[in-house]
Amino acid sequence: MRTIIIGYGMAGSRLAGELARRGHDVTVFGAEPHAAYNRILLSGLLAGTAAESTIMLPEPPDTVDIRLGVEVTSIDRAARTVNGVPYDALILATGAEPITPPIEGISGVPVFRTLDDCRRIVKDAEGVQSAVVVGGGLLGVEAARGLAERGLAVSIVHGAPHLMERQLDGPGGEVLAATLARLGITVHFGQTAARTPWGLLLSDGLAVPADLVVMACGVKPSTTLAKRAGLAVGRGVLVDDTLRTSDPAIFAIGDCAEHRGVTAGLLGPAWAQADVIAGLLSGLPASYQGSRPVTRLKAGQIDLAAMGVAEGDEVLTFTDPARGTYARIVIERDRLAGAILIGDNPSAGQVIQLYDRGAPVPSDRRSLLLGRASGAVTAESPVLMPDSAVVCRCNGVTKGEIVRCGARDVAGIAAATRATTGCGSCVDAVAGLARSVT
Amino acid sequence: MKPSTPTLAGMAPTHCPYCALQCAMTLHRDGAGVRAEAGPGGLCQKGWRAPELLGHPGRLRSPLVRDRDGHLRPAGWEEALDRVAAAVERTQATHGRDAVALFGGGGLTNEKAYMLGKFARVALRTSTIDYNGRFCMSSAAAAGIRAFGIDRGLPFPLTDLATAGTVLLMGGNVAETMPPLLRHLAPRNLIVADPRLTATAKLAALHLQTTPGTDLALANGLLHIVLAEGLADAEYIEAHTTGFEAVRASVAAYYPARVEQLTGVPIADLFATARLLAEGETSYILSARGAEQHAKGTDTVTALINLALALGLPGVRGGYGCVTGQGNGQGGREHGQKADQLPGYRKIDDPDARRHVAGVWGVSPDSLPGPGPSAYELLDSLGVSTKALLVFGSNPVVSAPRAAHVESRIRSLDFLAVADLVLSETADLADVVLPTAQWAEEDGTMTNLEGRVIRRRALTQPPEGVRTDLDVLSGLAARFGHTTGFSTSPREVFAELRRASAGGVADYSGISYERIEAEGGIFWPCPSEDHPGTPRLFGGGVFGTPDGRARFTAVEHRPAAEEPCADYPLYLTTGRVLGQYQSGAQTRRITPGEGFVELHPDLAARLGIVEGEFVEVTSRRGSAVAQARLSPDIRPDTVFMPFHWPGAARANSATNDALDPVSRMPEFKICAVRVSAAQGSVAAA
Repeated sequence: MRTIIIGYGMAGSRLAGELARRGHDVTVFGAEPHAAYNRILLSGLLAGTAAESTIMLPEPPDTVDIRLGVEVTSIDRAARTVNGVPYDALILATGAEPITPPIEGISGVPVFRTLDDCRRIVKDAEGVQSAVVVGGGLLGVEAARGLAERGLAVSIVHGAPHLMERQLDGPGGEVLAATLARLGITVHFGQTAARTPWGLLLSDGLAVPADLVVMACGVKPSTTLAKRAGLAVGRGVLVDDTLRTSDPAIFAIGDCAEHRGVTAGLLGPAWAQADVIAGLLSGLPASYQGSRPVTRLKAGQIDLAAMGVAEGDEVLTFTDPARGTYARIVIERDRLAGAILIGDNPSAGQVIQLYDRGAPVPSDRRSLLLGRASGAVTAESPVLMPDSAVVCRCNGVTKGEIVRCGARDVAGIAAATRATTGCGSCVDAVAGLARSVT
Repeated sequence: MKPSTPTLAGMAPTHCPYCALQCAMTLHRDGAGVRAEAGPGGLCQKGWRAPELLGHPGRLRSPLVRDRDGHLRPAGWEEALDRVAAAVERTQATHGRDAVALFGGGGLTNEKAYMLGKFARVALRTSTIDYNGRFCMSSAAAAGIRAFGIDRGLPFPLTDLATAGTVLLMGGNVAETMPPLLRHLAPRNLIVADPRLTATAKLAALHLQTTPGTDLALANGLLHIVLAEGLADAEYIEAHTTGFEAVRASVAAYYPARVEQLTGVPIADLFATARLLAEGETSYILSARGAEQHAKGTDTVTALINLALALGLPGVRGGYGCVTGQGNGQGGREHGQKADQLPGYRKIDDPDARRHVAGVWGVSPDSLPGPGPSAYELLDSLGVSTKALLVFGSNPVVSAPRAAHVESRIRSLDFLAVADLVLSETADLADVVLPTAQWAEEDGTMTNLEGRVIRRRALTQPPEGVRTDLDVLSGLAARFGHTTGFSTSPREVFAELRRASAGGVADYSGISYERIEAEGGIFWPCPSEDHPGTPRLFGGGVFGTPDGRARFTAVEHRPAAEEPCADYPLYLTTGRVLGQYQSGAQTRRITPGEGFVELHPDLAARLGIVEGEFVEVTSRRGSAVAQARLSPDIRPDTVFMPFHWPGAARANSATNDALDPVSRMPEFKICAVRVSAAQGSVAAA
């Protein structure tokens, strides 16, 4: 089967690899001139903590025909060809493109989206003192964090009432803003009116001076090619549970696809979709039932997870503003329906898995907020233990046996009971008991 | 029969008979009994109580043969050995040489393991030989060879761990399995990855409570962070390794959020672990069965080694090591009882190796059989292509995966002989049972988890009616016309082992009983009598590969062979408890104990199960029944069973026989089960 993939981002490259490993004849067209990279790690590049080499994704096997720097502008659906290459199955993985709000003087301002964008911003940031990021969504926060880590004075201008309003509630947004403030990032809530030579002018008249302006106003599915080819398009390219578009020979995955009204815009669902297509094209009865996307940001001092809905049967919250910690857990019928976790939340791994797997939540709800008690266990004072408590696990020696053995020092107790002769970790407890009974 | 060295008057410095830590102990005659005294490294209750088995009423004191009426009855040695020889001859004449199988054990001394392999290849000329160590260290061994060109559990002395900046222990519960090892681990810098908050994890500074079957993703995720945060040792990678680029590219896909979702380990803990490993002056990454006993165990260990290499650890500032489990799990895999090996860790399909070993044995290289099936494949072939089986120091009815199936295969044999100390569950099925000596009654060598060859010394002679395994093999070999070459003297056998291993990877040729005693053990390789041995195998970052560089290999996470589903919604994982050793054949006779099912109180509440109630754990392969033990220390989607008990409580009735493609390790550590109150059970008061 001849397969063409249009788009060589994280979804397209994953699918190319999976198909090639299954022996398919695969051609990939990529608009960007370089190999596939992990977009999630771009903020590390901006921060200067990650090298470009660490974000490059694995190359598919050599059998894949990869044509980079080629912007596909049309699909011949009747002949089933793309740029003259014939296909039996065509997969659109064209991704998403930045939204550019209508702001005066904004053209030419770099957008935080691609590797090339990132390179340009890094270059522009050299020798400047301050930057302003337009947009306080996920990308804007990442860009601001990266630039701040470079040592720039950074501000964010955000048009909504709080940061990351698609993922966070108001209190969560406030905790995030406070966390950013500690990193030296100022947030201005308001609409940007114009770009000026000295920075930005907001619609309420506030002037935000900055040497460098970066756009991060969100993205929308790239559907131009699909529209031009006459495929059904909503917000994204419409696909069914087999990820087929309105043309059964054409599929769409990743940020460009709209499945059951959802354009996920996250990597997890995109890879899940790539795996479904790899199965389907290999004759397996695969289907995509939707994903439970989790927004996750861990960059420098920022640790944030958001998923699902904000309201439900039960809502648990925890706020520790002084330490930048916030948690909101939403439970519906004993299952996790949503969560917002900001800062030090040791339960993050557990909460994300419960949401992802639809597993029942713990009966002790506190563990969802506080995580499990783990780490070094503080030794209970041996004097307060009951006689039946085992002091030396290795040899199963109880406090009672130690107290009654007649010996009054560790060596004597060891000789009499074998306590302390295994791993040795009960030596302090036994010494304490020896003291307490003399 | 005489012991090979004169018994010291009333005392014998030796080592514990159980795990690979091989704690030093001194045995004393104490009236009619024997008393143990701990060495400076301590002893756990298994070691302290080991002498109780010497005079135990449950130990075998006479061969047993199965009568026509189906009962085992005492018999003399001549009759018993004659029956074994006749059955072997009959089987080989009818079904071919390979239809007779040998199954060895990781508890056998080097001398016995060596002789068992020689017996198979020279006396029986069967290729069908493997051992239960396949179920223990084989994944780590395969990964070690892939990366370093050589496999020695710990390529450094255990005492090096005591000064480590950071130790990451993946899937090991040493506080239960080998407690005295904790004397070498400092809790302040210990990180433990385990699905359960085990006794070991409770001692750690950081516990990574992984989802079962995700250790590979965890390791790749840690390497991702190491690279993304600039914590890798670029100079080391450049100077001491090959293959890094492919690994770098593959771990780019293991970004923290994905790994967090797969493993359940919070990103913050992933970062903390990566930093601690990178920043410690020395750091060690250790794996044990929890990470290794999977159908992807070899790749999981490879991922851990990749991490260690990228951090510049092996041979320079720490390293990777496997915590070997069985007493002689290390030596047992070096001298020829493994399906594809000849003594000295040589490959049986290597013409040079065949020539060398055949020369020592005085046979033609062409007469040596080729590689045979791996342990599980061997057991699965019983009654089909393999018609007779001789077992030495192993109890597969309890310890093999998918044990009900294995038991039925064993029952379908034409002939089974078992050499053991006690009437184990496997011996109970045998046509001939051969009672063998215990550790306090024999001389020999063991190779502990560090690769240090140590002495086992006899305090007493075996009781009347009991022989050593070397005697058994010698007696059988004689019946096949080999009246020489099968010595009953451990010292003579060791001398021959030295020659057979000379020039091999595990070269023992410079090691002698005298040197071991004088020098407190010798680390292999030791190629000549003036060679000091090799405590640190990769000193200076030089490895056992042809170019001396360690090899990175890119490995990918994949699901377990069997993931939970609607019918079998929970993970089962298995492991060990402090009082028991392996199948429990020895330790259960001292401390009977009983099996249990550990589950989270939330899961128990959902299933309507209370503490102490008998519950049934059922997989696609079988069920086990044991009492419920409720604990918040386990994930609510996972149940745990120790595997030491037979019968209804046999955890391995449920475990999965999916095999690792490289090591042929079965997937003991994860399968899908459902759990319910056992039929007709009554909650314990």
